[in-house]
Amino acid sequence: MMEPLFWIVRRDLTIALRRRSDIFTTLVFFVIVVSLFPLGIGPEPDTLRLIAPGIVWVGALLASMLALEQIFSADHRDGTLEQMLLTPQPVALLVTGKVLAHWLVSGVPLVLISPILGLQYDLSFDALLTLIVSLLLGTPALSLIGAIGAGLTLGLRSGGVLLALLVLPLYIPVLIFGAGAVEATVSGLGGRSHLMMLGAILLGSMVLAPLATAAALRVAED
Amino acid sequence: MASRLVNWFKFSSPATFFPLARKIGVVSTVIAVALIAVGLYMSFFVAPTDYKQGEGYRIIFVHVPASWMSMFIYVVMAGWAALGLIFNTRLSMMMAQALAPTGAMFAFLSLWTGSFWGKPMWGAWWVWDARITSELILLFLYLGYMALRSAIDDPRRADRASAILLLVGVVNVPIIYYSVQWWNTLHQGSTIRLNEESTMDDTMLIAMLIMTLGFWAYSIAVAMSRLRTLILERERSANWVRELASRGG
Repeated sequence: MMEPLFWIVRRDLTIALRRRSDIFTTLVFFVIVVSLFPLGIGPEPDTLRLIAPGIVWVGALLASMLALEQIFSADHRDGTLEQMLLTPQPVALLVTGKVLAHWLVSGVPLVLISPILGLQYDLSFDALLTLIVSLLLGTPALSLIGAIGAGLTLGLRSGGVLLALLVLPLYIPVLIFGAGAVEATVSGLGGRSHLMMLGAILLGSMVLAPLATAAALRVAED
Repeated sequence: MASRLVNWFKFSSPATFFPLARKIGVVSTVIAVALIAVGLYMSFFVAPTDYKQGEGYRIIFVHVPASWMSMFIYVVMAGWAALGLIFNTRLSMMMAQALAPTGAMFAFLSLWTGSFWGKPMWGAWWVWDARITSELILLFLYLGYMALRSAIDDPRRADRASAILLLVGVVNVPIIYYSVQWWNTLHQGSTIRLNEESTMDDTMLIAMLIMTLGFWAYSIAVAMSRLRTLILERERSANWVRELASRGG
């Protein structure tokens, strides 16, 4: 039953690796946005350490949102998506595969680069570790929730801006617990409970988001 | 078998509901005007002055009902959206569409009056309190719904896409609410509490309930008039609408 999922992931990864520039655009955006804040706020290490979790998290959130449009748009344009909806496999499963592939391409690089950005903000080793774990749990949830928005805005005129308007309010819990986990570690409280909440959000969205996305795609391809 | 005798779907057709919408609209307009008039009179002249906040607290009679209605309308819209998706009825979707601007207006009104209340009481126009923040996010959800609807040209696709968005939103609202609340308690130790746990005077409570019912009736009245416009607009090629137009009604 899981076979179609692996095929989709493999296919999307192959396509993504042939067009590596897309991956780097998201990554560079993340790095630049996070590097802009010290320029706007000032270089005091104490202030920066205080705001680091929020800034790195907001940066990751915006970067993963920018990448959302790519989940379905190419397949929608050349008709692949329509064929996928016609296959006997459950659409939610195919959607899960596409989101997983999208996360591997756009989310994982963000997670990998985040410790370096955290070092720029003078975060401690523990805080960096929590940052990685929180992003590892949070970014797939962002991709899953965002996929709903990507499905709903598929092929619309003002797709990009509209997508942001639809998806950003839904991202708020992930942001709160993600940044909160790092902040709690910095302040010595320990980020365990936040990470557990993030895990819960991830599990919940793994179950529900593909169903909603599948419904949205059916509407879009009607 | 008894349930067979009642045709639950009779009014699910725009053509049969159109005249009924007019009646409901007129009745609820009358109720709304009466209740809001009584409620405003009570809140200005009958309700006693608050021992702590003086006269400034009277904004509560608009603020609290507006907040309640903004949340309630979102849930009602999600309910209509679910009905519309399940039974594939156009009217349910139009109902959700007709309610959206009113809900957004109440959310905005709640933030606006809250800000006017906050300035004299707390000395700040805006505080990142859990409830204020959730209300702001609710306003964003309303705006997102309306933006998605207006971005899709085909009304049937707009119906179903925005219905999915409403359902996703209504699942998320409690999660957002509790996460914002947790975030708030973690960030701010002991700042202003919105609710001083004071027992409320009976007349205050009654005035607030009357205002809430008035706002409720107002929402129905406005939604019905918007719904009638939507029906005419979307059914303009239907025969009954043409007959209506040729009769000059």
